[in-house]
Amino acid sequence: MPEISRADVEHLSALAHIAMTDEELDKMTGELGVIVDSVKSVQEAAADEVPATSHPVELRNVFRRDEVGHVFTAEESLANAPDAQDGRFKVPAIMDGE
Amino acid sequence: MSDLITLTAAQMAAKLAAGEISSVELTQAHLDRIAAVDGEINAFLHVNADEALETAAEVDRLRAAGGAQADALHPLAGVPVAVKDLIVTRGQPTTSGSKMLEGWMSPYDATVVTKIRQAKLPILGKTNLDEFAMGSSTEHSAYGPTRNPWDTSRIPGGSGGGSAAAVAAFEAPLALGTDTGGSIRQPAAVTGTVGTKPTYGSVSRYGAIAMASSLDQIGPAARTVEDAALLHELIAGHDPKDSTSLPEPVPGFGTAAGNHEVAGMRIGVIKQLQGTGYQDAVLARFQESLELLRSAGAQIVEVDCPSFEYALGAYYLIMSSEASSNMARFDGVRYGQRVLPDQPPVTIERVMGATRAAGFGEEVKRRIILGTYALSAGYYDAYYGSAQKIRTLIQRDFEAAFASADVLISPTSPTVAFPLGEKLQDPMAMYLNDIATIPANLAGIPAISVPGGLAEGLPVGVQFLAPARGDAEVYHAGRALEKLLNDDAGTPVWAQVPDMEVAK
Repeated sequence: MPEISRADVEHLSALAHIAMTDEELDKMTGELGVIVDSVKSVQEAAADEVPATSHPVELRNVFRRDEVGHVFTAEESLANAPDAQDGRFKVPAIMDGE
Repeated sequence: MSDLITLTAAQMAAKLAAGEISSVELTQAHLDRIAAVDGEINAFLHVNADEALETAAEVDRLRAAGGAQADALHPLAGVPVAVKDLIVTRGQPTTSGSKMLEGWMSPYDATVVTKIRQAKLPILGKTNLDEFAMGSSTEHSAYGPTRNPWDTSRIPGGSGGGSAAAVAAFEAPLALGTDTGGSIRQPAAVTGTVGTKPTYGSVSRYGAIAMASSLDQIGPAARTVEDAALLHELIAGHDPKDSTSLPEPVPGFGTAAGNHEVAGMRIGVIKQLQGTGYQDAVLARFQESLELLRSAGAQIVEVDCPSFEYALGAYYLIMSSEASSNMARFDGVRYGQRVLPDQPPVTIERVMGATRAAGFGEEVKRRIILGTYALSAGYYDAYYGSAQKIRTLIQRDFEAAFASADVLISPTSPTVAFPLGEKLQDPMAMYLNDIATIPANLAGIPAISVPGGLAEGLPVGVQFLAPARGDAEVYHAGRALEKLLNDDAGTPVWAQVPDMEVAK
């Protein structure tokens, strides 16, 4: 596995939508390197024939009747919104520009 | 300090039912205790005094009136409880210990909270935790660390340090926690209390703010095994709102916790969960517990779980991958903080970046970045895929171990409570606290931590594990050790906690 570079962490922080300062990127690069080194041993033991487990207990699809249950009012849904207008969430501009 | 608060929850319930005490009196005694000691302990992020006293008064009124409504009261009605601030509650803020959700008011109750309201347990308030339950010391809370009642210069464990410290310091007889890699059990171990991680699906997760969905589980914190079992019994059961909740009826955990006979019980000592990395004093107390169990007729055998070597690595890959996905919901649009970037343009991308930079603490950011890395194209098979295979191997190890043992046993935590700040700058050292608790989450099986005595005045925890759906067995084994140790020492561990009010 390649070492984790500062540029990698910068890319990851963009993917994860977390703005980071230069100092934070430096610190995170060092820490992530140590953590990844410690956890990569999982590859040694993960032989091809071992099936993957995604969930601790066996899962089946769970269905319910197609009936309207409890529904929040618009007021309840918007009660914690950072910004709202006309009974809707108000979102910052999606695109840069006018 | 009122004598009422040092009773067990079961004793409180019996006195309430007999009319010897009122719930208002009992609830007020706990609120007084919170007022006296929580300035120092910082177990509570919010105290819910008015509503708790209203619920208490209602229980007292129903009891006094008698008749069918009084008879129908839940046995724990009127016994106060605290709720970890990761679990959503109407009428009280839910912060997850994060600035991201400062002041956030949930429009709904978690299913466990609904059950607690129906049973009429006064809710004392919301307890402190590592931000979004990510941590092993409660130092990653955005609202300051919780302090260990046994020594306030030390950590109370985490992430549920608030719930464990509240129970240890007699601020609450019962509390709810959540356990993703040990967040109920490790705090129980280092505070001299009891904590259970139920079988995955035993308790509904609806309303627990998700960290790692295939590992998270709500469970009880208390001072005694019986109290933990009674609270577990109350919150357990199928919930259509959680598609992973088990459909089977809830067994009588309280009854199981009444059984302390271990003659003939096969107890498997996990070879991999001892030795290097475990403090000598922790191992010494563990050996003494084994001796007591053996002398009571239990059959102690050794079991080999070779894949546990890889459990910590697999856990941190799976947990951070799932956490990075779950944390994506905090986008500054529908709820939570919104922070605008210093410079234009003010686009949604940049608002998200600024919001998440300001709203999340260091550990949450670390796990999101690690999870984003583990799930990236090109690395997915090597990391996340490999970790999922380890999960299979760990389940197989448990399966083999349970062929020769009814329950398994290990120290809960490799160390006693360490000083605040000691591991804060070393993430790997912090992660190692969970080395013995993580395998149960990966396999979905139940596990309990019970006090195993003291080492230089600080509590040591002993963990029992049982096969999936065998929660009753961990209460049975836990109760057996609890009784043996209490008889041996002449007093329970929790009763030896320094009295903070006198100490002042």
